[in-house]
Amino acid sequence: MIEVKNVSKMYGEKMILNDVSVSFPKGKITCLVGGNGTGKSTLLSIISRLVAKDSGLINLLDKDIVNFKNRDFAKRLSILKQANHPNVRLTVKELVEFGRFPHSQGRMNALDKEKVLESIAFMGLTDIQDQYIDELSGGQRQRTFLAMVLAQDTEYILLDEPLNNLDMKHSVEIMKILRVLADDYGKTIIIVVHDINYASSYADYIAAVKDHKIIHFGLTDDIIREDIMKEVFDIDMTIVDNCNNKVCIYFK
Amino acid sequence: MIRIILILILIIVSFISVFVGVKDISIFDIHRLDQDELLVMLVSRLPRMISVLIAGVGMSISGLIVQQISMNKFVSPTTMGTLDACKMGILFSMILFPGGGMMYKMILSFSIALLASVIFLKISSKIKMRNIIFIPLVGIVFGNILSAISTFFAYKTNLVQNMEGWLIGDFSSIIKGNYEILYLGVPIVILSYLYANKFTIVGLGEDTASSLGLNHKRITYLGLVFVSITSTVVVLTAGVITFLGLIIPNIVSLMFGDNLKKTVSYTALIGAIFLMICDIISRLLIAPYEIPIGLTVSIIGGMIFLILIFKRAKNV
Ligand SMILES: Nc1ncnc2c1ncn2[C@@H]1O[C@H](COP(=O)(O)OP(=O)(O)O)[C@@H](O)[C@H]1O
Ligand SMILES: [Mg+2]
Repeated sequence: MIEVKNVSKMYGEKMILNDVSVSFPKGKITCLVGGNGTGKSTLLSIISRLVAKDSGLINLLDKDIVNFKNRDFAKRLSILKQANHPNVRLTVKELVEFGRFPHSQGRMNALDKEKVLESIAFMGLTDIQDQYIDELSGGQRQRTFLAMVLAQDTEYILLDEPLNNLDMKHSVEIMKILRVLADDYGKTIIIVVHDINYASSYADYIAAVKDHKIIHFGLTDDIIREDIMKEVFDIDMTIVDNCNNKVCIYFK
Repeated sequence: MIRIILILILIIVSFISVFVGVKDISIFDIHRLDQDELLVMLVSRLPRMISVLIAGVGMSISGLIVQQISMNKFVSPTTMGTLDACKMGILFSMILFPGGGMMYKMILSFSIALLASVIFLKISSKIKMRNIIFIPLVGIVFGNILSAISTFFAYKTNLVQNMEGWLIGDFSSIIKGNYEILYLGVPIVILSYLYANKFTIVGLGEDTASSLGLNHKRITYLGLVFVSITSTVVVLTAGVITFLGLIIPNIVSLMFGDNLKKTVSYTALIGAIFLMICDIISRLLIAPYEIPIGLTVSIIGGMIFLILIFKRAKNV
C-alpha cells in the first residue's frame, strides 16, 4: 500500500499539489483522473522520488520512501513517465533488458532473460524485438517502454498516460494486461488515463484530482456518477449501464 | 566478426605506421635491424604508434561518454569547451609554476577541464531549447570564451604567440620519455567499458535512470572525470585533436546503435584506426616534412561532420 499524507508541492509561487492525502490499495488498479495541469504527473513523480516534495510524507510498505536505497526502491516501484522517449538507437530487446537492471545490474541470469521475453510478448513486440526503437511508430515505442516497466517486475507500477499514442485495440489490450497483473500477480497499479471510460471499465478505484487536490476517492462504481463527473471534468455526461459496466457518454 | 576484422585492420595500420618515416626501414628487414634502426624503432616509432593508438581510443570514447551524458550526439570534448579548458590549464601552470614539471600542468589542466565540463553541463541543462545543434553551439562559444581568456594571459606574459595554433595535435615530437603519461588513458578506457551499461542508462535521461535505481548524478560526474583525464593527457602529450570525439561515436551509433556494452569496443577500434590512418597521411603527404595531425583530422573530420549533420538532421 502506498500512503500519501499531506503532501504539498509548489513550483515557484504556483501551488501544484495542495495538501494531498490518499492511500492506494494494494493489489488493485487505481485510476487518477482530472483535467490538464491539475498535478497528476507531479504526484506520480513525487511518489516515485523523481521530484522532491515540499512537505508531507509518503510511505511504501509502511516505510518512508526517502529511506529506501536507490536499488531497493527500483526493485519495488517502477514508473513510466508521460514523455520519456529519448531518441536513442537501442533495439526493443535491448531497451526492455534495461528494465531488469535493478535486479541484474547488467549481468542477466535465466530468470532475467525469461522476464524480458515475457514482457516483450505481453506487449506484442516479439516480431519487432530486434528493431531500433528510433525507427518505430509512436505507439510501438510506447509499448516498448511499457514492456521495460513490466520487465522491471515491481510490486508497484505507476503509469502516466500510458495509452497516449496507442490505437484502441492496444489500449484495451494493455488495460486487460494490467488487470491480469493486479488480479493474478497482486501488483498495485496507479495509472493516469484521460478517457473516463477506461477508468470505469478497468479500474478498481478512482482518484479524481481537481484544483491541485484529490477531491474524490473511492470504488469505481461510487465515483462514476453524473454529479461527480460534472464536478471533476466540468462537462455534462450521461451515464448508462452496459451489462453491469457503467459507460459515460459525453459526446453531443 | 566485425570486431575481428577491425582488430586486423588496426594491426595492419599500426604495422604500416611503424615503418613509415624519414628514416627508411623496410618491413622485410625487421628480422635484421641494425643498432641504429632498432634505436629509431624503440625510441621514436613505437612510442608514436602507441600514442596514436591511445589518443585515438581515448578521444573517441570521451566523445561517446559526453554524448550519453548530455543526450546530444553533437556534444564532444571539442564542442563543450573541454579541450580549450585543458589548454588554459597548461598555460596557467606555465605562468604560475614556470619551473614546474608535467605534474603541475596535469593537475591544473585536469581541474580546469573538469570545472569547465561541469559548467557546460549546467548551462546546457538550463537551456529550454533542446535543439540538437543549439547545445553544441553554446559549447563552442563557451570554449571560445575560455580561449579568449587564455589569449589575454598569453599576450600579457608573452608566453604563447598564437593561442589558436598552440598545441595543435602533433605526434612528431613524441619520443620515449615524453609520452608515458598517456598510459593513464588505458585504465580509463577499461573503466569506461565496465561502466558501459550505466552510461547507456544515463543516455535514457535522468528520470529513467533514477527509476532504474541508478544514481544519475554520480555516473554523470564520473563520466566527466573520465573525459577530463583523457583530454588532459592527450592534450599534454599530443595536443588538441578535434572532431575525433564527435565523428567516431556518431559513425558507430549509426552503424551499431547506442548500447555501449556493444559499442565501446567498436568506438575504440574505429577511433584508433581513423587516427592511425590520419597520422600516416600526415607523414606521407609532404614527406620528408609532416603536416600536424590535428590539421589532417580537422579537414577529414570536418567533412565527415558535415555529412553527419545532414544525415542526423533528417531524423530530428
Ligand atoms: N518542473 C516544473 N517547473 C515548473 N512548473 C511545473 C514543472 N512541472 C510541472 N509544472 C506545472 O505544474 C502543473 C501541474 O503539472 P502536471 O503535474 O504535469 O499536471 P497533469 O499531469 O495533471 O496534467 C502544471 O501547471 C505545470 O505547468
Ligand atoms: Mg500529466
